[in-house]
Amino acid sequence: MAQKAIREYDAKSILAKHWDQYFPDFTYAYETIMVKNGTELKEAAKTKAWLNEKALVAKPDMLFGKRGKNGLVLFRDSKPGDVSLVKAASWIDEKSSSKQSVYFSFHGDTPNGSAKTDMLTEFIVEPFTPHAQAEEYYISATCVGDEDVLYMSAEGGMEVEENWDKVLEVSFPITATEEEIAQKIRANIPADVAQKDKEGFANFAIGFFKAYRELNFAYLEINPFVMQGNKIELLDMVAKLDDTAAFMMTEQWGDIEFPTSFGMEEKSPEVLAIEEADAKSGASLKLTILKPEARIWTMVAGGGASVVYADTIADLAGIDDLANYGEYSGNPTTGETQFYAETIIDLMTRQKDPQGRGKVLIIGGAIANFTDVAKTFTGIIFALEKYAAKMRDIGVKIYVRRGGPNYEKGLKDIKEAADRLGIWIDVYGPETHLTDIVRMAVGK
Amino acid sequence: MAALFTKETQAIFWNNNAGAIQRMLDYDYVIGRKTPSIAAIVAPTGESKFQKFFWGPDEIMINLYKNTSQAKKDHPNADVLLNFGSFRTAYDVTMEALNLGGFKTIMVTAEGIPERLSRKMIAEAKAKNVTVIGPATVGGIVPGAFKIANLGGTIENIINSKLHRAGSCGLVTRSGGLFNELANIIALNADGIAEGVAIGGDRFVGSVFIDNLLRMQENPEVKYMLLLGEVGGAEEYKVIEAIKSGKLTKPIIAWCIGTIAKYYSSGVQFGHAGASANAERETAEAKNIAMAEAGIHVPSSFNDLPRLIAQVYGELKAKGVIKDIVEPELKTVPKIRRKKEFICTISDDRGDEATYAGFPISSVATPDTGKGIGDVISLLWFKKQYPKWATDFIETVIKTVADHGPAVSGAHNAKVTARAGKSVVESLVTGLLTIGPRFGGAIDGAAEHFKYAYDNNLTPAEFLNHMKKLGIPIPGIGHRIKSLRNPDLRVVGLKKFAAEYFPSTPLLDYALTVEQLTTSKKDNLILNVDGTIGILMVDMWRALGYSEDEINEFISSGTLNAFFIAGRTIGFIGHVLDEKRLAMPMYRHPFEDILYQVDMAEDIR
Repeated sequence: MAQKAIREYDAKSILAKHWDQYFPDFTYAYETIMVKNGTELKEAAKTKAWLNEKALVAKPDMLFGKRGKNGLVLFRDSKPGDVSLVKAASWIDEKSSSKQSVYFSFHGDTPNGSAKTDMLTEFIVEPFTPHAQAEEYYISATCVGDEDVLYMSAEGGMEVEENWDKVLEVSFPITATEEEIAQKIRANIPADVAQKDKEGFANFAIGFFKAYRELNFAYLEINPFVMQGNKIELLDMVAKLDDTAAFMMTEQWGDIEFPTSFGMEEKSPEVLAIEEADAKSGASLKLTILKPEARIWTMVAGGGASVVYADTIADLAGIDDLANYGEYSGNPTTGETQFYAETIIDLMTRQKDPQGRGKVLIIGGAIANFTDVAKTFTGIIFALEKYAAKMRDIGVKIYVRRGGPNYEKGLKDIKEAADRLGIWIDVYGPETHLTDIVRMAVGK
Repeated sequence: MAALFTKETQAIFWNNNAGAIQRMLDYDYVIGRKTPSIAAIVAPTGESKFQKFFWGPDEIMINLYKNTSQAKKDHPNADVLLNFGSFRTAYDVTMEALNLGGFKTIMVTAEGIPERLSRKMIAEAKAKNVTVIGPATVGGIVPGAFKIANLGGTIENIINSKLHRAGSCGLVTRSGGLFNELANIIALNADGIAEGVAIGGDRFVGSVFIDNLLRMQENPEVKYMLLLGEVGGAEEYKVIEAIKSGKLTKPIIAWCIGTIAKYYSSGVQFGHAGASANAERETAEAKNIAMAEAGIHVPSSFNDLPRLIAQVYGELKAKGVIKDIVEPELKTVPKIRRKKEFICTISDDRGDEATYAGFPISSVATPDTGKGIGDVISLLWFKKQYPKWATDFIETVIKTVADHGPAVSGAHNAKVTARAGKSVVESLVTGLLTIGPRFGGAIDGAAEHFKYAYDNNLTPAEFLNHMKKLGIPIPGIGHRIKSLRNPDLRVVGLKKFAAEYFPSTPLLDYALTVEQLTTSKKDNLILNVDGTIGILMVDMWRALGYSEDEINEFISSGTLNAFFIAGRTIGFIGHVLDEKRLAMPMYRHPFEDILYQVDMAEDIR
């Protein structure tokens, strides 16, 4: 996926790094720090004086919003704006010591849907900024359809979604020039922006939108920012980057991290290993484990075909039987295919089906354009040889369907290998419909 | 609107992806195209000027270029660019092609081009009315006419999937991997496809479903259409709108893959970058339902698709909308092909009579043909038929340089060797091997330096200064005894001929202004015969329409020297035969003519 969420701290850091270029009329103190626990925070206070001198705000920085409604923003001890370094450190230690429940959606102040529970591991700490509600503004930008849309509102803060009717949208084609953009923004400043701030708001919005475009953000939101004359505070930010632009943004983004979202299961070592192999290869190797105890495993060539197999298994066998999703494509080497096959076969032969049924391995694929089928199947055969005993023990039936360059040899080789190894196998070529092996495997 | 491609369509292939190009040429050969579908290859880092590819059992050469602009200049009819640049370069390559103009279709294969760049590229193409296929695609095909790159896979599969000749279905998919599969399904259950495009898997692609379907609606070969969509995006709704507004009237079969996504609220990315559903209406299920409601034929599952295709095809066949197809005869590509070790582009001895650049020898040899040695040189050296003034000039040059007496070093060497009892050929090459920068090289040098000065608008004074800085006496200027008052009559003759027959002589005119300056310094610094020949050759080639690059290449490859070699061979042979006739003894140089100064070797032990 091209659009990847980044931490609030990183979003602020990117803007701060290029601040003078985009916001020459404004200042931003960039007093912000990311820590994992109270000890780190206290350690940081030795070099960053403001941590000792100012009242603080602390909150988790783990890609989820609604932190205020989840009670995860520390801005008061006994009264708003009195959080000391010691308090912030102890609060962070407390919140990071056990799993926390987080709701992603609210109706008013009432949680909507179910909570996700996970450890909080990253916190962002900043000075508390005393300001009036009227100084809070909302701004964001993203791409909708073919156009970039800039959203602006004088009503910043937690309630922006409830007040979405007050948000002004301005959209721009990709070809819009800087002059056109500036002109259109100036002509569309929300009416309820304070008169004294209108000029400043427009200048800030123009710089913001330019930064969004030029720094290859896919989504950029500041909610709210506080404008006090020419002084800006970024109270809360959400950002996504277009990670396909990473190769030309190394300097601009710096060393950026794309964390997994809060509450997502940790990636298993197998998935991480496949990701590593994928990153090193010119071919594509993808693996998602959906339900490791399920009985139907897939090893499908090609992104489109892998979706079709997953669809069909869900339709014909039911979603509970589908163990994994993934694909290999782009003419992987024999070694890469072997590694991919071994990873899947290893996972599927760790335990027997609880209901005593056999397991099914779908080695599927459409008719390849240029991938050498015999070559990739050689890699799969090596994996079968290595895992033959376990596969026989668990009771694995293999269904193969594939076409493309050298497919006859590939099918013949894998059939011979499985027969020699005593593994149950059925092989089919392009004369058999792509997903018909799923129907055969589930006996429908 | 006709189909995307015809049997005459030619493409420029950016990046020398030899495997994909060979697959295209095999396809071309099998379907009986007259010309290869690839006119030129752009290989920015390549050093060669062409690459050999198989054309059926034979081999052909396809020109390689360092950049798109030169390739397009030389192949203006190639109106398709197959951009196989990586995600880092694909944007620049496309933008350059859009700025050059003359391309109707640009296919971009790279996956993961930065979204903002993709959008700019697509917007620019739309503004210029250029169809972009991709990014992140395997391409498209008009069966029996033109096939992009690897699409269709092997020739065996192409024939099995009936992609070698037009059928009646218009196919458009997002996935490139499933394109072949769909073509195969359509071949098994109907009569193949008339036109097909895989639009590409990235979030932003150039031509979307509706663009392709609207074109297919206008293509009379397309009788019904098949759309394979995916979860995510709202492109399928544009198709529904077009059906409702009556813009699409041909039967459409459609299916969106990714119905599984509904089971996984977030985190699992199914399919391509374009395939993340942001809203309920972007799910595969919602789109399948909406399409069915709009009257599109939607199967109950992907597994049910073959049955539905057979049904729609059968109905159209029964109504007589689809006629029977006469299967065309196909040529076959041999399984084992041998690469040729040598290439010859100038003559051919395989036929009844050997030819010089297509002309039987008898048609240029005898006097009644009206052809002379100049014509033979123009055919064998330049593969062109030069006009008479040019072949006459070449002959004049050959005749002029044939000999310059026994004292020049080359002739002297030939004579000494002949007197050592060596054969004609041995004596001749001894003389020829003397030809180089100091002997006979002035022709090349004069052409090179005068052309440089002229091209860079140097005044004669600036030119002299330039040569002084290089530390080289001006090649082609100066004679031992001749001067303005006592002119070299060979030069006079050449100039007279040029004045009379050359369309124009800009470089000679320039050289004469240089001569005015040099002779004002010293009387014998005239434009000599070597200089005149070199300079007039450049004028000749310019008048014949060669590009500056080509002329520079003639100079750097030593073509001018070749005229001197060819001419002087006549003289050297004369001197060798002269020695044989005279039966002169072995030559030994007299002591008196050698200054001996031999010191005792220094002891550095």
